[in-house]
Amino acid sequence: MSDITKQSLSELVENIKSKKLSSSEVTKSFVERSDKSKALNTYITEDYANALNKAKKFDEKPNLNLKLPGIPMAVKDLFCTTDLRTTAGSKILNNFVPTYESTVTQNIWNEGAILMGKLNCDEFAMGSSNETSFFGNVQNPIDKNLVPGGSSGGSSSAVAAQLTPITIGTDTGGSIRQPASFTGTVGLKPTYGSCSRYGIVAFASSLDQAGPMAQNVKDCALLQEVISTYDEKDSTSIDFKRNEYSKDLTKDIKGKKIGIPKEYRVDGMPKEIEDLWKKGIEYAKDCGAEIIDISLPHTNYALPTYYIVAPAEASSNLARYDGVKYGFRAEGENLIDMYEKTRSEGFGAEVQRRIMIGTYVLSSGYYDAYYLKAQKVRKLIKNDFDDAYKKVDAILTPSTPSSAFKIGEKTNDPVSMYLNDIFTVPVNLAGLPGISIPAGHDAKGYPLGLQIIGKAFDEQNILNIAYAMEEKINFKNNITDWWIK
Amino acid sequence: MSIDLKTIKHISKLSRISVDEKKAEKLVGDLNSIFDFIEKLNELKTDNVEPLTSVAETTLKLRSDEVKSKNLRDQVIKNSPKENEDYFVVPKVIE
Repeated sequence: MSDITKQSLSELVENIKSKKLSSSEVTKSFVERSDKSKALNTYITEDYANALNKAKKFDEKPNLNLKLPGIPMAVKDLFCTTDLRTTAGSKILNNFVPTYESTVTQNIWNEGAILMGKLNCDEFAMGSSNETSFFGNVQNPIDKNLVPGGSSGGSSSAVAAQLTPITIGTDTGGSIRQPASFTGTVGLKPTYGSCSRYGIVAFASSLDQAGPMAQNVKDCALLQEVISTYDEKDSTSIDFKRNEYSKDLTKDIKGKKIGIPKEYRVDGMPKEIEDLWKKGIEYAKDCGAEIIDISLPHTNYALPTYYIVAPAEASSNLARYDGVKYGFRAEGENLIDMYEKTRSEGFGAEVQRRIMIGTYVLSSGYYDAYYLKAQKVRKLIKNDFDDAYKKVDAILTPSTPSSAFKIGEKTNDPVSMYLNDIFTVPVNLAGLPGISIPAGHDAKGYPLGLQIIGKAFDEQNILNIAYAMEEKINFKNNITDWWIK
Repeated sequence: MSIDLKTIKHISKLSRISVDEKKAEKLVGDLNSIFDFIEKLNELKTDNVEPLTSVAETTLKLRSDEVKSKNLRDQVIKNSPKENEDYFVVPKVIE
């Protein structure tokens, strides 16, 4: 089989289970394609030799009852992996080798998957274009010098370019859904508390969630089934009854009520996004869903709220990087000088900016005006969703206000970069699940995504809606392999 | 509300991030444009709103205080930029 890397995860699992393919054949194909694709800069750390060895071992004694039998997989470099360098895209963790494994990745290996390497991302997941990574820009396989989105940009690029059959990212304000939208792939941000945060380099603890990024909805459901577990090592992990998402997946969404929030029609939204949304509404109707107009009145306040809450939590989480116990250290004249130089040289500009914002809003005299205010508005945003869900089962919106932009286009204007997350951030603030599915192309031929937002713990419902709509949309990604010489 | 150079230097001290003049001036511009954007929240009256501190409506579970990981002292110490046998080394703190 010469076209192994073109197969979906579900096909690969099927072919390995029926012994048409071995793990070694599959792993070798993805390793070779990854190796030929260095120009995309998706990998920070490659672990190809170990992956091939593990595949060989798997084939010697294959356990075909596992959910991901011998499937190779590269993961975002925000997940700690035992004995394999984990950088979070930062100079300050350039040489950090974890002594423990994140729960989410451990769940994946327990089901038989094999680690191929660690994928590029914005530094500490702070960014929307993968341009803040210490390890450089990632190319979007859709077109040259196009950003793959962020912060899970290496992950979205690697899945779209078929360097890995599937992957995981993390999403604090849109970091799974926006890059999925920019690369014509599927990305799910689960309900807060669904996937353990243990062993994930922390950005903003009340918002961070890990989730699958895939070529199609079925693959996405399968990986969600594997990674979503209750974990006592994460104090905010929630013990609820989890579905077998891929087994329970159905295209029957007849009678489901889908809300269309009028506040998501933002000023200056390109007509092609508006048109895509209208098309999405028609697809949902074709699938038998009932469309209902709803209002989420505080939508416009979500981004300002996010840019207080997330930096505040980040400034606290990132206080641990002091150059003492691990990571990069710059020498200084005394202890304080060492701390200040280490953090000034070890963090990039965006991370420093966010730490400073966070420190300011938490500082004496400003806490009530900013942080407490933001927490109150966050409550209003959550109330909006609670009210909407009295009338509807899910909400349909565009994933992003534009298609992917060029590398360098927005780096000098932080606020214009932040506006990318306008449709995704409210979902994190309310702790809800959201999925982005590819739904069309703009005039330039770049992919555009639609987002389906669900009730808390209702991943199955939004996966079903996505699954039904995916068939109607019948999206085809146009990847030409331009980066392979 | 505007953030001046003096405030930037104060925040940089609190953040333990050294900034030179050039970087401080850039941060004045960046932070002011971000805070202009954040000020939008003041349009809302929130006097009677309960702050949302966590979306996960659970009470923290207690677990027994047991060591579950192996002794990883050597690997942990190896990650340090500067170590001396069992210790992390930092610049002299006490004269």
